[in-house]
Amino acid sequence: MKKQAKFGVGIGVIVAAMGFLAWLGYGESKTYYHTIAELPTLTGAAKSQRMRVGGTVASGSIHRLSGRIDFVLEGEGKTLPVSYVGSDPLPDTFVDKSQALVEGHPSPDGRFVAEVVQAKCASKYEAAPGGSGGAAASSPQRSSM
Amino acid sequence: MDVFGSFALVLAFVCAVYAFGGGIAAIFTRHPLLIKSTRQAGMATCCLIFLATFSLEYLFFSDNFSNAYVAAHSNRDLSTFYKIAALWSGQEGSLLFWSCLLAVYVLSVLITYRNKNGELMPYVGVVMAGVQIFFLTLNNFVASPFKAFASPGADGVMNYVARADGSGLNPLLQYPEMVIHPPNLYSGYTGFTIPFAFALGALLARYPGEKWIHLTRKWTMIAWMFQSMGILLGAHWAYAVLGWGGYWGWDPVENASFLPWLTGTAFLHSVMMQEKRGMMKVWNVWLVFCTFLLCILGTFLTRSGIVSSVHAFAQSSIGSWFVGFLVVIIAVCFGAYLKNRDYLKSENQLDSIVSRESSFLFNNLILLVSCVAILSGTLFPVFSEWITGNRISVGAPFFNKVNIPIGLLLLFLTGVGPLLAWRKTSTESLKRNFGWPLGIGLLAGVIALVFGFREIYSWVCLILCVFVASTVGLEFYRGAKVIRARSGATFMASAVDLTMRNTRRYGGYIVHVGMVFVFIGLAGAAFNRDTQKDMQVGQTMQIGPYTLLLQGFDTKPEKNYTAQRMNVEVLRDKKTIMMLFPEKRRFSTNEQNGTMVAIYSTLKEDLYVVYAGDSPETQLPVLHAYLNPLVKWIWLGGAVVVFGTLVAMLPNRRAVLVLAGAQQPAAQPLTHGLTPSVTLREGHD
Repeated sequence: MKKQAKFGVGIGVIVAAMGFLAWLGYGESKTYYHTIAELPTLTGAAKSQRMRVGGTVASGSIHRLSGRIDFVLEGEGKTLPVSYVGSDPLPDTFVDKSQALVEGHPSPDGRFVAEVVQAKCASKYEAAPGGSGGAAASSPQRSSM
Repeated sequence: MDVFGSFALVLAFVCAVYAFGGGIAAIFTRHPLLIKSTRQAGMATCCLIFLATFSLEYLFFSDNFSNAYVAAHSNRDLSTFYKIAALWSGQEGSLLFWSCLLAVYVLSVLITYRNKNGELMPYVGVVMAGVQIFFLTLNNFVASPFKAFASPGADGVMNYVARADGSGLNPLLQYPEMVIHPPNLYSGYTGFTIPFAFALGALLARYPGEKWIHLTRKWTMIAWMFQSMGILLGAHWAYAVLGWGGYWGWDPVENASFLPWLTGTAFLHSVMMQEKRGMMKVWNVWLVFCTFLLCILGTFLTRSGIVSSVHAFAQSSIGSWFVGFLVVIIAVCFGAYLKNRDYLKSENQLDSIVSRESSFLFNNLILLVSCVAILSGTLFPVFSEWITGNRISVGAPFFNKVNIPIGLLLLFLTGVGPLLAWRKTSTESLKRNFGWPLGIGLLAGVIALVFGFREIYSWVCLILCVFVASTVGLEFYRGAKVIRARSGATFMASAVDLTMRNTRRYGGYIVHVGMVFVFIGLAGAAFNRDTQKDMQVGQTMQIGPYTLLLQGFDTKPEKNYTAQRMNVEVLRDKKTIMMLFPEKRRFSTNEQNGTMVAIYSTLKEDLYVVYAGDSPETQLPVLHAYLNPLVKWIWLGGAVVVFGTLVAMLPNRRAVLVLAGAQQPAAQPLTHGLTPSVTLREGHD
């Protein structure tokens, strides 16, 4: 029995230590995910949390200003103005109509201040429904990406 | 060709269903002809999947843009190399590719054991066919890659409508590694189906003894090797293409590929307990089950978009199919376990806390803790939404906090475990085996401290790396010395001879050395530096010992894209070392942009330069430079791991007690890696 107890203690120590570290790491890095529509409904502490918001970058909304990049995210019929203030260059996939995930927090003036922006291409290269029609198709049908 | 391909897929589905249903009937009736015909149906399934895959690849090469998948993932100017890779660049194609690689494994298994293990193989065949049916269902009815554009003509007959050109391949994927990374990773994912099929088959058949473990050892190692390569190639791709200076971001899809690797690694170690001591039988079976489940889960995470990820895969309804499949597997595994659990009784108990068994036990525990931590972190958004209604995600600090100590513990066990004796290790042997390595490791630690090393984790990692390398070195040295004393050969030749006599043991050591290299590289990350600057032609910037001088710009038109390059001269001590050309690429077909990082890589450090775009403030181009120490060791370590795995898969050269310099007889194929080879020191095999 004594042997088993030794193993039990060893296993317990490892699992407990890792659990504690996981808890620390959780506190340090937890991020809430909200939709654009949810943002105005947040109150109190929930409003100042670090969070992620996803949406589609509105066409023509990207403005490169000094020290920040402004753009507008759209989703569920709502829009959200975003200022990206991070130091890393934005990914190449970040263009008009791409899907973007911004991480940061909302500021009192209604803008969202993002420190991290991830982007991926919207629905990739699927052509618009309806197809190009006509086998001749001299003009290559390209989706708006 | 679309018709041909889709027809082949339908036939493959039919054959797989026959192999499954007929196989079950064969198990009950034991009718030899039925057993044979279901085996052949299994083989036919595989060949038909190959045909379907080839026909899709043919559509790519013939620029057939009436096929929706080809039109969406290729274009005329795409180079041949990438037309191969375009096959797995999207949902439908990569699922077909999954089936195709699985078919390679299944066919190999069916052929290898066609006249052997008659009791077990029908069960294995049924499990494999079951997995194939699931993927063929997806290929045929959910995500067919053979959809064609067609429109009704004047006479009402549907005609093919071909696009003039396709939309092109995602620029992020137009990189050489993207041609080899997915096949490796998928070979890993699919390869774990084989040990799973054997484990489940053996359990269902109550197949006697540890034979299923011997049978699957090589298959597991092949899958594990591909998984390792796939993960490292993916990391290297992220490093060289994404341009953020790192190789691992704890992205859900990265994690997904890492999870089965962790349980697979645990399995490769704990099977030795079962082979040697008849212990951990339940554990091993469940490890295999979990590894396979995690492979399916990984594919699911990648394909369903349930957890948002930088990996650009469309959200799709395919997720529910995977969830269904996972539930079925879990149910089958549980059912089989509950029914036949008496078959998995352990024959021995742990004797001592300082023994080989306990080192394996802790190795497994640690790998599993890491696996659970990563899995829960990855799925946290999903679970937190279920439970609290809030979608909460955790980031890199969570994963690092848990996994860095785990990695170090594991590294420690890597050094200690192999030198502990089975059952119980004497204090005397501890001193003999660990005295020197521990001394050398601590000495390295002291030297590092003197030289101003202050990162605690990296410092511990350094000590452990030196310690592990010394234990392995000492093992090779001692073994080779014995052989040299007998044969008089050179030291190197003796070491090679030693390795060939017990490939499993010494191949394993080589893998451990590879892991040490990987850890050295990872430890370097604590010292990463980076800086960025808006640059005018003629200006310089400084990073570490390097001076970067922007000489100018040029444009390089390529077939599929146009590259704008920065011409950066790298100087060190006022002497030119080389030119670096970080690029921005513009892909004409789909109007996307890409980045190409320029890296000057040495064993000491990587100088990693990115053309980051134009500054919002000054409109000047921005040069972002990173100085990442020791990164190259990671890739080097990966190569060593692969080499070691290959060595461990070789059959042992028959051990000959050296009698008057007798020649080695030809290597004999052995049923498994455990052979009565020369044991140079007692208790260490």
